[in-house]
Amino acid sequence: MSLLEIRNLKVEFDTAKGPFKALDGVDYTVDAGEVLAIVGESGSGKSVAMLATMGLLPDSATIAADKMEFEGLDLQTLSARDRRRVIGKDISMIFQEPIASLNPCFTVGFQLGETLKAHTDLRGKKVKTRVLELMHAVGLPDPEGRFNAFPHQMSGGQCQRVMIAMAIACSPKLLIADEPTTALDVTIQKQILDLLVQLQRDSGMGLIMITHDMGVVAETADRVIVQYKGRKMEEADVLSLFERPQNPYTKALLSALPENATGDRLPTVSDFAEAGGF
Amino acid sequence: MSGDTILKVRDLYRVYETKATMFRKAKSLTAVKGVSFDVERGTTLAVVGESGCGKSTLARMLTMIDAQSSGSIEVDGLPINIAKTGISKEMRQRVQIVFQNPYGSLNPRQKIGDVLEEPLLLNTDMPAVERRDLALQMLQKVGLQPEHYGRYPHMFSGGQRQRIAIARAIMLKPKLLVLDEPVSALDLSVQAQILNLLKDLQDEMGLTYVFISHDLSVVRYLSDKVMVMYFGEVVEYGTRDEVFNAPQHDYTKKLFAATPQADVASIRKRLALKADAA
Amino acid sequence: MKNQPPAVSADLTQLEKESRSATKAQLAEFWYYFSQNKGAVVGLVIFSALVVVAALAPWVAPHDPGFQFRENFLTPPFWEDGGTTSFLLGTDAVGRDILSRLIYGARFSLFIGIIVVAVSLTGGIVIGLIAGYMRGIVDTLIMRLMDIILSFPSLLLALVLVAILGPGLVNAMIAIAIVLQPHFVRLTRAAVLAERNRDYVVAARVAGAGHIRLMFKTILPNCLAPLIVQATLAFSNAILDAAALGFLGMGAQPPTPEWGTMLSEAREFILSAWWVVTFPGIAILVTVLAINLVGDGLRDALDPKLKRS
Repeated sequence: MSLLEIRNLKVEFDTAKGPFKALDGVDYTVDAGEVLAIVGESGSGKSVAMLATMGLLPDSATIAADKMEFEGLDLQTLSARDRRRVIGKDISMIFQEPIASLNPCFTVGFQLGETLKAHTDLRGKKVKTRVLELMHAVGLPDPEGRFNAFPHQMSGGQCQRVMIAMAIACSPKLLIADEPTTALDVTIQKQILDLLVQLQRDSGMGLIMITHDMGVVAETADRVIVQYKGRKMEEADVLSLFERPQNPYTKALLSALPENATGDRLPTVSDFAEAGGF
Repeated sequence: MSGDTILKVRDLYRVYETKATMFRKAKSLTAVKGVSFDVERGTTLAVVGESGCGKSTLARMLTMIDAQSSGSIEVDGLPINIAKTGISKEMRQRVQIVFQNPYGSLNPRQKIGDVLEEPLLLNTDMPAVERRDLALQMLQKVGLQPEHYGRYPHMFSGGQRQRIAIARAIMLKPKLLVLDEPVSALDLSVQAQILNLLKDLQDEMGLTYVFISHDLSVVRYLSDKVMVMYFGEVVEYGTRDEVFNAPQHDYTKKLFAATPQADVASIRKRLALKADAA
Repeated sequence: MKNQPPAVSADLTQLEKESRSATKAQLAEFWYYFSQNKGAVVGLVIFSALVVVAALAPWVAPHDPGFQFRENFLTPPFWEDGGTTSFLLGTDAVGRDILSRLIYGARFSLFIGIIVVAVSLTGGIVIGLIAGYMRGIVDTLIMRLMDIILSFPSLLLALVLVAILGPGLVNAMIAIAIVLQPHFVRLTRAAVLAERNRDYVVAARVAGAGHIRLMFKTILPNCLAPLIVQATLAFSNAILDAAALGFLGMGAQPPTPEWGTMLSEAREFILSAWWVVTFPGIAILVTVLAINLVGDGLRDALDPKLKRS
């Protein structure tokens, strides 16, 4: 049985210009111990699917799916209370803007402790011990000193480490990372990606990387789903995707990478759109 | 065209002073520490570095948004020191800038035609009809349609907005164009289009670029010379091939190592390592 | 690049059509978000009705608002015992038709609202723009002055100002405008502070825009959304304050049919003739409520727009 299984997911938003189809019948499966990358450009619906799974979409969204199961548990029929029990504990998520994702009014130690108290039976001194353990696990230098630091006193990379600590606090079975390194510098990005992959490998959890960056995909993923305008273009394991892309859109994306530039001009997606007709 | 230096920067410093208050001592922060370089006509200098390295401060000094604390800037023989001499129309017509975020750099309440005509209106005595014709020509030149003339920025995609921003910057036919991360907020396929456009414009108009970026693959594709900055200092400066093939400074090497590799060989290597570990 | 006009520029009418339809599209979007707020639409309907009635007062009102019907002192509304359909809402202590006075009173209320908002908005925008744009000592001086004005209870300050200027409708409006001004100043300044370092402002500066152009042409149009909302709220505040001043005898003077003044004249009949006080009160309540609902809808329609673009 897969960890997360979604069949034929459709999401529509109400807007001033009428309904907007953000996702049009996409399937997702993630197994335990697997790194799935969902790649796409803005408007591809890559984040929408996971936000729908987490129940984080606004009311203007209409969600429909033939199947939406986490470990055999139907997420669609779940009550809000039961959903909260699963989300945050068994499924957790980290976001693009680490500094904005933390509450500026509380210390990071306190916020980590709150997460633990909400989902585990740990109380009192044990909470602090576990928080320090977590901070150590995500490679924050000087956890004791950082415990009482406020988010604005730390750098973006450190904040993202705290977010990761919060996400893995309850040993989730599935971690969803939505553009976790887009706001960070290249050298910090490398560290955070390495950390995520190492944590995933050590704990055997499933990891979904949502990204627009082919480099991040190449560095982390086992399997890749390429999306474009709410549809799935291609799904393949990472090596075959880069070696033998089947879909014209994937080909276009790969050849638009400046490092793959062969001639004087970069081929663009529209060059391929004419030929491939997607 | 070698030897025809258009931008000459010598020993440039920028110091930010915070004033002493009742509770704080006066502090000074040096964002740019003694930077010197030359750029030849019709070539591209890439300035590479991570956040806080002073590359944006450098851009602001080159484009006369901020004054330098000391040192000299010379654009096509015209010395620039706005703290002493102020800005003349002549200076303004030589240097223009394109910002990173196309969503923030266009006035939401200004129609595209007005955006493009503003520089002409303020710096030349051109009659309105001529200004409009030039704006229409420019729209076509950057790959947009004449009917876009009367629309508002929010009706455009990110890539189109960046085309508009580029069009505005070259309305005055500047000698030097400073590009402050012009493609890093854009999707991959759009990024390729904008990079192509920049190359075309350079060939057609003989523009000189100072291209500020954190993305090494883009830099490699576009630049003639590369300058790497780290904490306000230039740690590496040379032709593209020199820097990319034989980086000298440790920081440059670290930067290269951290850049995600999206080629098949690197993926193979990573998967092999992973299989070994398992 | 030769200065030869592109082939397309021949089709100028086409261009202008595009330009107009772009403006139209913006208005259509604005209306969509505004109409999503049902309360705001109701408020707008009531407010429009009020404007129509006030404009057509001489034709709509059954009687002259100042004419005293000597036989009909304190006639109750028509559905009460002793009421007559010729005075639908009854008459006051000197026999004037209340409905007619209310209809004419709407003219005063709207007039007060418009003038007060226009004066305080214009002043507030100019002062706020200067404070937010200049920063430094100018900013500090202006904002401390505004803080001083704000530290007085608003009605008390208005009273003091009227006491200095002398009672009367015009002076009351001046006083209310001065009292409401600091809100606009603060709001404008806050919006300017948020906008002044945005890239498009810097871009305009690089393009060569001077201070005045940056302030009024580049920054101001992007600060208008919160100001429009605040203006509607100030409109209702002005009506309320004017009514309060009228009630205290410091605003419009009798026999002007201003709603607050009507209330004040009717004070002694609160227990004996309820209609004399109730109807002006309801008129004030409904008007203020309608305007506030419209303001709420405007906020809904204007806010997301700012965030998106």
